[in-house]
Formats: sequence, structure tokens, C-alpha cells
Amino acid sequence: MSLKLSLHTKPDVPLEADVICPDKLNGVNETAIAALTVFHGNDQTALGDFFTVKGQCDGEIHIEGDLANVKHLGSEMTIGKMIIEGDVGQHLGACMSGGEIVVEGNAHDWVAPEMTGGRVTIKGNAGHLIGSAYRGSPIGMQGGEIIIHGDVKNETGNTMRGGLIAIGGNTGDFTGVNMLAGTIIVLGEMGIRNGASMKRGTILSMHHAPMIPTFSYACTYNPTYLRMYLSYIRKLGMEVSDEQINGNYKRWIGDAIELNKGEILLYANE
Amino acid sequence: MKIKSTEIVDTFAEAFKMSGSRIIITAESKQWAMAAAQSITGFATSVIGCKCEAGIEKELSTDETPDNRPGISVLIFAMDADGLGKRLTERIGQCVMTCPTTACFNGLESNTTAIVGGQLRYFGDGHQSSKVLGKQRIWRIPVMDGEFVVDERFGIQDAVGGGNILILGKDQKTTLKAATAATKAMREIDGVVLPFPNGVVRSGSKVGSKYKALIASSNDAYCPTLRTVTNESLVPEGVNCVLEIVIDGLTEAAVADAMRVGLHAAAKPGIKQLSAGNYGGNLGQYHLHLNKILEAREASNQS
Repeated sequence: MSLKLSLHTKPDVPLEADVICPDKLNGVNETAIAALTVFHGNDQTALGDFFTVKGQCDGEIHIEGDLANVKHLGSEMTIGKMIIEGDVGQHLGACMSGGEIVVEGNAHDWVAPEMTGGRVTIKGNAGHLIGSAYRGSPIGMQGGEIIIHGDVKNETGNTMRGGLIAIGGNTGDFTGVNMLAGTIIVLGEMGIRNGASMKRGTILSMHHAPMIPTFSYACTYNPTYLRMYLSYIRKLGMEVSDEQINGNYKRWIGDAIELNKGEILLYANE
Repeated sequence: MKIKSTEIVDTFAEAFKMSGSRIIITAESKQWAMAAAQSITGFATSVIGCKCEAGIEKELSTDETPDNRPGISVLIFAMDADGLGKRLTERIGQCVMTCPTTACFNGLESNTTAIVGGQLRYFGDGHQSSKVLGKQRIWRIPVMDGEFVVDERFGIQDAVGGGNILILGKDQKTTLKAATAATKAMREIDGVVLPFPNGVVRSGSKVGSKYKALIASSNDAYCPTLRTVTNESLVPEGVNCVLEIVIDGLTEAAVADAMRVGLHAAAKPGIKQLSAGNYGGNLGQYHLHLNKILEAREASNQS
């Protein structure tokens, strides 16, 4: 039997609800869940003041309602599954290391910052700083997968060091800024200043993108490993064509002001 | 026991515990994948002289390979996991990495692994890089046609080497025809390879030699030319050619399956006996009795 949380009162200010996480709710009864502490702005209050609680968590949580102002869902999640049937607020899956979060709507900024494992899937769009490091932190996302079917805004994968971010739509500026390693795949178009200060890692776009002057063009080829990544995200429901899997990509190397071991791959057959 | 007019000798094949791996070679075309597969399985007929035994298991379609390109599955065997790890690194490095357009992937899930790509990466001279997709780490090694992609680790499991059948025929042509039919049938079984040329060996060996430096020598008991010379000849009158098919497999059941279908396929007019090679049962861990193999299948068919 899974747990169902239905938002009955829309918060006026952000509601910090990091207690909504399978790790913290597994085996807990309805009354105890409703009494768990959440923060409505700077007011300490109970989860039941905003959500109707039904059922018991057996590893899976269904959440419904307009959660655009509900933050920190699934923070530090390690196991289980959360299905959010609507929009969701900032810091979804922050620092998560396992399990799966599926959002049927849109997500706000800071999706899965500093995650190390697990998977987050957003069926709609998302905001800034997907899979990024928190400000002042040396390392962002280190593992796991973030799959976003729509568009995202700036600084996707800021300082990421591992894992996979796949964006079905477009990204804003500074995609992969300060990137240390890992893979970002953008099926749409990227903004400007992509890969600035990146050391290692891969940024891919299926469209032409403006390159900063500290990147140099190397060659046009079909990277074998890319076939595995593109086939993989296609299995996850992203729209990747056979032509894209079999096609050629222009390889740009940079950032020359850093290690010069990063790469930006741009589809050459569009 | 008989199959048609061919006698099945009441004996057993004596097989040995080995360590085995499966590697998946992919390439831009089936021809290039096959070129690498033939190269990596070259000089790998017997651990006696080659340090490993290897063969092509089967061709793989594009939807069966990790990178959706045409592929070839290869099995490779050695006497222990350490030795197999060394052979994998040597052979993938020299025979697959060198072959245009190829990539090489682990084809065997196992808790025991050998680091292969993690060794070969140094060929990249600092320009190598790795990617992690799920739990799989692959290495990208820059080469002159692009990149060679290879899995960091390859699985190793206990395996069975030295399963065999002996085909005793009236003449060379008839025996060769029966052996060819047997190898064709055996290659349909997953998890086995036939490491000798085209799957067939004519120089069957026995343990030891009159020459102290040799650990193995010609199996004179099955040499037709010595039928009346050696006291221990197992060549019946009317048999003028003996050929052996050696089978290595990932499991005893797979080896037994291959032997069974091979026996049925080889039982043709002109084949007087089908037998198997052993060392008295004192050396090998597996005793594959021909009659039991055939009876077990018939029993399962009846049930």
C-alpha cells in the first residue's frame, strides 16, 4: 500500500517539507505523518496543516496538488519512489543518493543539487541550476541521472563531477559552467557561454551553439560511447532519432583556461 | 548404445575446471567485428601451448549489443582468474584495440572481475577519459580513427574446458564430413566454443611423453597408423581416421548439450564409433559420460 499526500491548503510562502521522503516516512502511520514538522516561511507547523495523509509508505509516495511553493521534497533520499502529480518547488531531491522521483509537471530551480545517485525525471520544464553545486560548494552533482523532458534555464550542471543530465528541450546560458566531469545532453538548443571554465566532461547539443574563444575545434566523428548514452535516454522516453545515434558530431575541446580536457559535441547532420 | 549404425562407446570425456569470460566486440560492420574476433581467438587452441583457449560464440544483431552496432560474442578460457585477466588485457589490447572502428564490452555478469580497460587506458598517454553510465565504467582511448571504447572490467566465472568427442570413421573424407556436421550443430548451443581450427583437432594428445621436456604428446592410441604397433590402440579394424572436437563452455550443462547434439550430428554412415577422451578419471573434475548425456536428453524428451 502506498502513501498518498494531497495538498489541501496552498502555502502563501514557501513550505519547506524535507520530511516528505520515503526514508523518513516508511512504516510511519497516518497520524504520525500528519504531525511531522514542516516550516511555512519561518513558522514551525505540521504537515497535516497542508496535506491530507492517506495510507502508509511502503517505499512509494504519491503527492498531488500545486506544489510549486513546496520545497525540498525528497531531500537526501536514498531509496524508494516519489511520484509528484503536478508542479514542484525548489530543491527537489537535494543531495539524494538513491531512489527515483518522477514529476508529472514542471519543477522550479535547483533540481537535485549535489545528488550522488538515483534518478529524477521531470516531464515538464525546470528552472535554473539543475544538478548544480550550492553556492560556495566545490562539487555539484556526482552521480545519478536527471532527465528533464522540457526546457531548463541557466547554469545546468554547474560544477557537476559525475552522472548524467539529459534535457529534452533547450537550456539557458552557461550550460556546464565550471564542469568537472560527467555528461550533459541537450536535445534542443543551448544558450551562450556553454562550458565556461569546464575542466573535463561532456556537453552535447543537437544544434549549433555559440562557442567561447577558449574552445578549439578538433574533428567531426561518431563517438562510439555516445551511441550508448543516446540509446539509453531513448529507452527512458526521450526523443532521439536513429540519425542522431548514427550521426557525426563536431568535437570542440576546452576550456583552455582550465585543463582543456572538456568537450562540447555538436550534432553535425542537422 | 547406438545412434543409427554408429556405436557410442561406453566412456566419458574428462573435462577440467577453468575460468571463462565472454567479451562482446562491436564495429562499424559485421566484417570488422569478425576481423577482430578472428584475431583475438587466434593462437588460442589449447592452454598447453597458448596459455588460453578461445573461440567465437555467435554473431550478435545490432539490438543485442551495448552500442547498437553489429557484434561478435567471444568466449575465452584460462586455467585461473589471474591468468585469464592477463590474457584478456593482452588480447583485447593487441587484437581488438588495433582493429578499425571496434569497441569491446564485457558480456558476463559476475562478482569476479578483471580490470582490462582500466589497464589499457594508459595507451591513451594521458588523453584517455572515462564515462560512467549506471554502474558501467567505460574508457575512451584516443586512436587514429577516433576512439577505442572498452569496459573497465570484464566478468570471470568458473567454467569447463576440455569436453570432447572422438569420431572414428572409415576414411578421412567421411570422418571430416561427420566432424563438420557435428561442429555446425554444436555452434547452435550458447555458452560454448570449439577452440581448434574450424572446431576440429586431429592431433589429440595424451599426458606426458617419452621425451622428458614434453608435458603432452600424440595420442597414439587413436592414431590409425599405429594400430598394430602400440599395445593400447583404441582404433578398431576398419577405422582409418579419427578426429576430435574439443568443447569449452561456461557451464557443465552447456558442454554436455554441445556434446549431445554433436554426437547425434556425427552419427552418419561410415562412422563406426563415437567416443571421448579421458585420462582415467584422475585429472579432470568433470566426467561427461556419453551414454548418460544421451539418456538424460531422451528421458527429458519422454517426460
